Amino acid sequence: MSKAMIGYILSIAALLVAIWLGVSVGSVKVPISTLWDTGADAIASNIVWKIRMPRVVLAGLVGASLAIAGAAFQGLLKNPLADPYTLGVSSGASVGAVTTLFFGISVPFLGIFTLPVFSMIGALVTMFLVISFAKLVDRAMKMETIILTGIIFSSFLGSVISLMIALTGEELRQIISWLLGSVSMRGWSFVQMAIPFVLIGTLLLWLNRRELNAMLFGEERAQHLGVNVKKRKMMILIGGSMLTGTAVAVSGTIGFVGLVVPHMTRLLFGSDNRHVLPLSFINGAALLIICDLVSRTIIAPTELPIGVITAFIGAPVFAFIFFRQRKKGGI
Amino acid sequence: MLKVEKLSGGYDRQLIVKNVTFQVEKGEMLGILGPNGSGKSTLLKVISGILHKESGDVLIDGKLLTTYSSKELAKKMAVLPQLHSHAFSHTVRDTIALGRYPHQSGLFSSWSDEDEAAVVGAMKQMGIEKYEHHMLDLLSGGEQQRVFVAQALAQQAPILLLDEPTNHLDIAHQKQLLDTIKTQANENAMTIISIFHDINLASLYCDRLLLMDQGEVKVIGEPHEVVMKEKIETVYKARISTNPHPERPKPQITILPDIKERCEEKLITIENFQVTDELVVFQAEHQLKTWSSAVINAGTGWYRTFVNRRVDAFYNIDNAQTEMQQFLTNRGYSETETVGMMTAVYTKDAVIKQYDGDFGSVIIMVTAGVGNAVDVAKAYEVEALPAIGTINTWIIINGELAEEAFIQAVITATEAKTKALAYEQVKDPRTGTIATGTSTDSVLVAATQQGAYIPYAGPITEVGKKIGLGVYECTVEAIQTYKKAKGWE
Repeated sequence: MSKAMIGYILSIAALLVAIWLGVSVGSVKVPISTLWDTGADAIASNIVWKIRMPRVVLAGLVGASLAIAGAAFQGLLKNPLADPYTLGVSSGASVGAVTTLFFGISVPFLGIFTLPVFSMIGALVTMFLVISFAKLVDRAMKMETIILTGIIFSSFLGSVISLMIALTGEELRQIISWLLGSVSMRGWSFVQMAIPFVLIGTLLLWLNRRELNAMLFGEERAQHLGVNVKKRKMMILIGGSMLTGTAVAVSGTIGFVGLVVPHMTRLLFGSDNRHVLPLSFINGAALLIICDLVSRTIIAPTELPIGVITAFIGAPVFAFIFFRQRKKGGI
Repeated sequence: MLKVEKLSGGYDRQLIVKNVTFQVEKGEMLGILGPNGSGKSTLLKVISGILHKESGDVLIDGKLLTTYSSKELAKKMAVLPQLHSHAFSHTVRDTIALGRYPHQSGLFSSWSDEDEAAVVGAMKQMGIEKYEHHMLDLLSGGEQQRVFVAQALAQQAPILLLDEPTNHLDIAHQKQLLDTIKTQANENAMTIISIFHDINLASLYCDRLLLMDQGEVKVIGEPHEVVMKEKIETVYKARISTNPHPERPKPQITILPDIKERCEEKLITIENFQVTDELVVFQAEHQLKTWSSAVINAGTGWYRTFVNRRVDAFYNIDNAQTEMQQFLTNRGYSETETVGMMTAVYTKDAVIKQYDGDFGSVIIMVTAGVGNAVDVAKAYEVEALPAIGTINTWIIINGELAEEAFIQAVITATEAKTKALAYEQVKDPRTGTIATGTSTDSVLVAATQQGAYIPYAGPITEVGKKIGLGVYECTVEAIQTYKKAKGWE
């Protein structure tokens, strides 16, 4: 059996376990069978279907989106430290989302999708700005240059958000907790809001899995190999921004998922993007479901923001990758 | 077939390649030469569509490059760039398999037998099958280079653009790679354009060369039309000399260093000679440029010890070279610094004389045995009989001799020797005519290559006069001594 095959089996198993734990563990223990047992206790059924399940699904979608977007950004920029958070794309999406809330923007034909769409636009614009600026600074776009640019944009956009919050006074205080990242009390409507974009974004990236493999050897090399680099790059940037924007719109900024998951996936199952992308998707879902579980149980009844947990795992991993890359003398 | 017409292009604001025109046919290999920064890589990038062209056209099989889609183009043309980077570790096989990208289509794009055959074939050609499942970043620079060449070969495009393909490779792999590529060009009628740093490799392998200078074509043509001393020196701003390849009709170059050597006088005198019962030995502090027909280290070279060894009449000549080498080694003479000759006459009878002139000086050494004297003009009339008797002549000069001066020195010396034989009435015993030499004569011309420059050494020049006089006098004296020893007089 190939390494990738083992990867799929293990990852799907892990996801199922994560879902099982996510549904059954909490302040009230509920058996997983409630999901299919029609004769189950009405309260338990309510907890599972109205509270836990949408939360698990949403966490899964957000985790999957961030992880696959991270994997794609890393491939595109040939930068193992790239992810929606470190690139500042999450911050851009936040600005998009906060702006929507701040001005009470509602585009009629977009309906409930107004928020994710503005988030995506924020993400995409930021992505382009970060890449252009990094290219301006250093044509070779070294790893550190991109990450530093991401930090600059993150800080700037963060202060824009703070300014908007300060200007609104009381009403948007809730935004602060949202900004730290959470998937609690969102309900099925948020899942609905996210699903179409997650699907389209994922498809866009998956269609470029082989092109991403070629681009790992540089854009010039990819072009020599027959990749229409301009078009493919655009597809990947749009797909990645779509996923990031959606994740931010429904859950706020949750960092490092897009960094940790693809890295672990590569370490365990190899760096062929034909498998890294789908496996990151599955593992991202599992990881965020588990992180959410931890965040709501570790100091229960208080809930920790989920971003705290992911950062707790992610920052050391970030440090580790950075260390290893520098040791290797690479990029 | 690839055609480039009045192509200009480069980076955003800077025009680097200017008005380049050339054409490469199927089965042809074109080498691009030029100093650093002359625009070689940029030209390749403009041709392959990576950098934008300002004006001019690139045509592939008569169609404009821009009319091809990315994949179609990659099916027509494979490119091997100079620098490789890769962020994540790939296996060798996966890397080479990427070369099949343009041949795959569809959503799931299955891996065909043809794809597999191309990848396996490319690995075999580059001799990297054993690394198939290795991680690329764990391989050495040379091994990685071969992987990327294999990737380009797996693309199976009829046109191949290479930017210094022999980078990082040792000579065995340079040869293997270029042999492979050249074979591809010949057998599969591939069109190959390759940038070279190494002028000698380019000359050896390419059918035609294009020499670039400051973004423009300085000259394009066959290697002998491009690899010329003046052209290479002007473009590269380095002193070189050209010489023929020993096996192929291709010019090669040699760099002439401009190092200020400590100005030691390398003057040689008659004191450098030593004569024993067995040997006449000349030993100098420094190597002399030598041209000889000796037994050991004949031809041209730099040597500092010359040995003329006496062997007796029963010496087994069949194995002379090996035996002589062994003999010299046993006596402590360096294999790579010694020229060795043999003679049957007593070494004590060697005539050694010094002749001084304005240019410097000439030292002549002659040992002469004429028992085997031959009239070269009548030699065709008689069966050559193995007999003992040789005239060995050494001409050692303080001065800097040109190539042609070495040859003229040999002519002059030979004429003087013949004259000496005539004066001494040495006859070819078989024909009864005056002999011109013996059947096994040897000559050695050596020069310190320091001091006065001596462009010619014919009898009209001063050095030629000294050689003529010296060889004549020494040979006459040596023959007289020989005759006395033999009791002929």
